[in-house]
Amino acid sequence: MRALVSALSGALFGLGLLVSGMTDTARVQGWLDVAGHWDPTLAFVLGGAVLPMVLVWRIAARRRLALLGAPIPPMPEQVIDARLIGGSALFGAGWALAGFCPGPALATLGWSGLGGTVFVLAMIGGMLLHQALLRRRAVLAA
Amino acid sequence: MLWNHIPQAWAYGLAGGLMIAAAAALLLLVNGRILGASGILGGVVDGTGAGNLGERLAFLAGLIGLPAAAVAVTGAPAVHASHDLVLMALAGGLVGLGTRMANGCTSGHGVCGMSRFSARSIVATLVYLAAGMVVFFLARHLLGVI
Repeated sequence: MRALVSALSGALFGLGLLVSGMTDTARVQGWLDVAGHWDPTLAFVLGGAVLPMVLVWRIAARRRLALLGAPIPPMPEQVIDARLIGGSALFGAGWALAGFCPGPALATLGWSGLGGTVFVLAMIGGMLLHQALLRRRAVLAA
Repeated sequence: MLWNHIPQAWAYGLAGGLMIAAAAALLLLVNGRILGASGILGGVVDGTGAGNLGERLAFLAGLIGLPAAAVAVTGAPAVHASHDLVLMALAGGLVGLGTRMANGCTSGHGVCGMSRFSARSIVATLVYLAAGMVVFFLARHLLGVI
């Protein structure tokens, strides 16, 4: 049941990305191109997603458990450190160069061609690199 | 009608955004999980999500499968993915490393975190937006590499 809900959510997310136009890297890069031909579409996508979610979080806050029994995820510890800021800066740089963030890169994997496939494989590589760096730090700290 | 004056792309953006919210609401209220594309994939890649691997794979199957099936029927809209494979490898690597360091991307921090007023997510979103705009400016207008 949980897997079925996850699959439905993933499918709806993918369809939303497709409908919103965020699967077009040129449109995403247009949003970042504040000094050129700026395209504000992404603000409508983000607004359309964030505003209803404010209400959803209010509903979630009134219940301790989700419908299938898992706890509602607690607010993460509010650590604002170099990892958060540095990581977000690296992510923003990659996002700008390709016009892809993780969701749209995955959603278009079926037809984005060699460039899209290379991006996703390299993204997985970057995630493995992160894991290797964490391990190395743990070894050095021990 | 006001609607007639809104560019079509903005209306589609809003409609797609609402669908993204519905997807995030479904995952949160039914499964008790946060919809974050980099977190869901990252947990599969580095093994930290081994405890709920099935859910993660199901989400990814839906995310990759339904758009692929939809465009097989409607025709594929342009992705405009760059053919510069070195650039795409560099960009993908930065996105993978950066989102794991920061624990989230546009969906996890931008949609789910900002909407619960998480300061971490608001800072992350402002930083990747600013970095994206600066790097785009440098790469497109100054260096001309994209």
